[in-house]
Formats: sequence, C-alpha cells, structure tokens
Amino acid sequence: MVTSAERLRRLLALVPYVATRRVVGLAETAATFGMTERELIDDLNLAWCVELRAPEPYCPIDLSYEDGEISISQAESIARPLRLAADEASALLVALRMLAEAASGTEPSDGDAVARLIAKIEDAAGAAGAASSQVTIQIDQPNARGMAATLNAALAAGKRVHLRYYVPKRDDATERDVDPMRLLVVEGRTYLEGWCRRAEGVRLFRLDRVLSVDVLDVPAEVPARAEQVDVDAGLFRASPADVVVELELGPAARSVAEDYPCESMTELADGRLRIALRTPDTAWVRRLALRLGEDARVVSPPALAEEVAASAAATLALYE
Amino acid sequence: MSKRRTERLLSIVVLLLSSRRYLTAEQIRAAVSGYPEEQEAFKRMFERDKEELRDLGIPLETGRAASLDDDLGYRISRQDYELPEIHLEADEAAVLGIASRVWQSAELAGAAKGAALKLRAASREADGDGSASPPPGIQPRLSTQEPAFGPLWEAVRDRRVVTFDHLASGRSEVTKRTLEPWGVVNRRGRWYVAGHDRARNAPRVFRLSRITGPVKLVGPPGSVKVPEGTDVRELVKDWDKPLTRDHTATLRVRADAGFALHRWGRATPDPANPGWDLITIAYSDPDWYAGYVAWFGPDVVVLGPPELREAVIRRLKGALT
Repeated sequence: MVTSAERLRRLLALVPYVATRRVVGLAETAATFGMTERELIDDLNLAWCVELRAPEPYCPIDLSYEDGEISISQAESIARPLRLAADEASALLVALRMLAEAASGTEPSDGDAVARLIAKIEDAAGAAGAASSQVTIQIDQPNARGMAATLNAALAAGKRVHLRYYVPKRDDATERDVDPMRLLVVEGRTYLEGWCRRAEGVRLFRLDRVLSVDVLDVPAEVPARAEQVDVDAGLFRASPADVVVELELGPAARSVAEDYPCESMTELADGRLRIALRTPDTAWVRRLALRLGEDARVVSPPALAEEVAASAAATLALYE
Repeated sequence: MSKRRTERLLSIVVLLLSSRRYLTAEQIRAAVSGYPEEQEAFKRMFERDKEELRDLGIPLETGRAASLDDDLGYRISRQDYELPEIHLEADEAAVLGIASRVWQSAELAGAAKGAALKLRAASREADGDGSASPPPGIQPRLSTQEPAFGPLWEAVRDRRVVTFDHLASGRSEVTKRTLEPWGVVNRRGRWYVAGHDRARNAPRVFRLSRITGPVKLVGPPGSVKVPEGTDVRELVKDWDKPLTRDHTATLRVRADAGFALHRWGRATPDPANPGWDLITIAYSDPDWYAGYVAWFGPDVVVLGPPELREAVIRRLKGALT
C-alpha cells in the first residue's frame, strides 16, 4: 500500500514521463515504474480527474489510454519532472561514482557513459547533489583488478573460462570450468557469478581467490534454468541441514561477529559476546577456534569443542 | 481516503505552478475540491498538506498575496520546481538502470530509483530500442546494515554535529564521542566516518560497526565546517593502512597441505622430515600472523622467529580448554 505522498511523487514523474513521449506503451510504463497495469490505470484516472474549480472550472490534465497505449495531450504545469531532492541526487551520485570506481581499468568499459552521466546529473542537481561528495566508496583489491578486466572481456565475448580457485576454508585449490553470468561487487569484494559446470549450479567466485583464469575458445552456455543469486538477501544462505555452532568471543575476537553471518548475538559481561552461526561444514570452525585461541570458546556442539581441543593438542605435540 | 488526498495535493501543485501570483489559503480552498467546510478542520488539513508537499521537495514559496492585503499567499516557482533540461543517451540510460540498483537498503534504494525515474521522465531518448541486453560491466552493491549509517548520512548532508558511544577494537569499555563529521567512507565494504573529535581536538576515524547505541544529531544544520583541502578518503586510508611485511617466518609445513603457504611463500623439501617442506614467508603483524598460522593446525609448525613460535603455542594452549 503506497502512501498518498509516495503516490504523488510517482504521479509527478509519471505524467512528465508520458508527456515527454506523447504516446507510450502501457505495459512498458508499468514496468518502468514498478507497478501493475491496474495500478497504472488507477494513477492515470486520478490525474485525469483533477479539476480546478476557480476562477473558471477546468481540467488541467487530458490523457487517454487505449489498445495498450497511453497518450497525454495536455499536462499543463506538471509536464516537467520535479527537481532532484538532496537524498535522491546524493544516493544516485554515490552509486554512480561507485560504478565508475568498479569499472576503472576494465575493458570494454562503461566508464565513459558513467562519467558523462555523472556530469549531467551534477549539472541538473545543482546544490542538491553537494552532499554526495562527502560520501565516498573505495573498492581496492589490486590483485582482483586485472582479473576483473579479463573476466569482463570474457563476459562481453560470451566465452567459457577455466578457473583455479582457492578455497580457504578447506585450504585447497580447485579447478573448474565456468560460464560467466555477471561480475558483482558485494560488501567491498568483487565476485564472478557463473554457471559452474563441475557443481552444475550457479556459484559466486571471489576474485581475490581466483589463482588463475584462462579464457577458453568455447562459447559460454548458461542453462536457461540458471538463476541469478539474490545478493541483496545476503551471500550466505543457511540451510536447515546446517549445524548450529555456538561460540563465546572475548573482546579481542568480537570482529568475528562482523566477519561471519551470525544467526544470533548475545552480549555477555565484560565485552564478551555469544554468537550462533549455521554452517554445513564445521572443519573451518575448528580452524577458527585454533586461530582465536583463548579469545574464543566453542560452546556447542560439544563434539566440535572436543575436536578443537584434540587438534590443539596434536599441534602442540609437534612443538615438543 | 488516501486517493482523495493524493488528488487534492496534485491539484494544489498544478494550481500553484500555473499561477504567477501568490494565492491565499482561501483561494486554494475555492479552487481544489476535498477541503472541509469547517474552518478549524480546514486549517489543520491545509497545514498538513503544506508540510507534505515540502517533504516531497516541492518549493512552496510564501509571500503577500496582494499589496493591500496582509494575507499570506502561496505559489510554486516553475524555475525552482522543474528539473533542468537533460538529455540521456541510450548507454547512459543503461548505466542509470545499474546505478539505481546499487543500494541494498530500502531507503537509499528508493531515493536512487526516484531520481532515476525523474531523469527518465525528462528524457525521451533514455529508452533505447528496448532490445539491447544489459551491458556487461561490474554491478556493485552497497549495503548499509549498520544502524549508525542513516543518522550519519543525514548529519553529513546537513552538516550537523553528532554524539555516539564507541567501542574500540579489543576494548570492553565504550567511550562517548562528540564528532563534527566530515564524511562517510566505504572502504573494502566497510563503513567509516571521519571528522573532528571535539574532546580529542583532533581528526578521528570510526568504523560504523563499532558504534554502539544510537547516533544523536545535536546542534543546528550547517554548524560543521569541513576544513579546506580535507580528503576523507586519505584519512580513512591512513587509519586503515596496509602493514608492511617486514618480518620473515620459517615454517615446517606438510607437503600436501598449507596450500596458501606454499603458494605465497618459498618452499623447499625438508631434508630431515620426509613429507614436510620448509617454507620462508614474509608477514607484518606478529599477533595476527600467529592466529593465521594456528588456523592450519597440525599441518604447520613454526621454527622461527621465537616470538612467533611462542605466540602460536599460546594460542594453541588457549584452544585446549
């Protein structure tokens, strides 16, 4: 349910959108504005019903829709969209500068279009865009840069790639053929999303863990059933089959709660923290516990706590 | 109910944009439908409508309706209202689409999408022919899960002072900070705020995830002055600077394990222990590196330097209980 303010905001863009084009498709317009055709028609009716009663009664907006097309013959004073608000201009400019940063050094480059668009928007926004210069985004992964350029070229050419990929949780390298789908930057890291022919599924590969890439002279074949990962819902998908691990972290180990997706977090006394996380494979938690030493403790499952102690003892034996 | 309200607000916008003169509340009431008969109810409703229009960024001006009249009137200047002429090329429109999906948080995603719609509404050429597939290129996403982000974005935008509690890394006590924020920086996926710390009387950088409790905006807008030549990016970079790898470790590593150590260090077979390699590898922070080595468990033994060996043993003993 949209509020009346949101609806007004939408109408003040919708009327100029149609007026600028004179005639435009109903379905296309609904898609652009992210609404159903039914909702669009309701909005058009609302605009059409606007009537000013004084000094002379008249209807300022005249439009019609038929055969899947909308046309506006009279939009009066609202034929142009409203200026960008400070939040709108800033949010868009920050996003564009991040795009420019991500695209720098890759070919084929969208950098030119991004730079042109930034200049145009800064110009149109005026003072409303000023705050955006105080919010900056840096994506610096020097080793991922060249890799991104290579993969972007493979993506543009529609080629399959062969990756050697490091899996730190298992301290191992894997070899796989991947049909690239897109390059993403999520939480400051660059990823290749692609159809992994070994796993027969869509996988995300962190570029700073790609040891080497070969662009194969084979066309990429992404199956129709391959769906893009909804990265906005989080990169880590817990599964009901996963094991729940509970850890108690000392103040020095609190950052673990930021680096791994936690299911729950409880503050304890003296800056200690209890976290619960889900994982299909507990081997890396054992390694994590060794890394953290006295700054952390596996609370459950008990079998994992015993594994940690056994592994620590076995390692210590090598030092004697 | 809400539909009638939208209709009324839209009518006011159309009316005030087409009028050169200031129109009084009574004139507006006469022209648009939907206001109640009763005077007090009308006044309240009209006040709310004005507020809502201003919240949307509509430049509602007030002035005297007539020279002989004391009544206040309203109008909207077209020049202040209208987005200036803008013309987008097809490739720019494609980029606009990607940019409006960058923000992961609903509020800023909504703001960016709103901006993109206004720009498309103004420029017919933005549509392309509709057949072009999305251009290749990198699609970045920005998440702002830290609760501190919203108020800090506002504070930076409006140049206001903030106060918050901060829990420094490795500490268990929070400290209260008063900051004149100069800018917000996302570096390697993490958000930082940089500014002038009033109590320390010096520039400081804080990671947003270390801010506990609410961020309060204090003082009026415009009260923060960013010193000439300040580069918040550099401030954060210095604060979070990469360490130089000026220590060298000698490790005994199982030949079939320690993949990362083999790749990034220099390995030779250990003549004394078949199945093991000797690896020399550079590192920066001894404490951090001890944790990193302990991660490999019984696949790695530190031979030197002694302080790294001791630090690893300490970690392992800590993991025993």
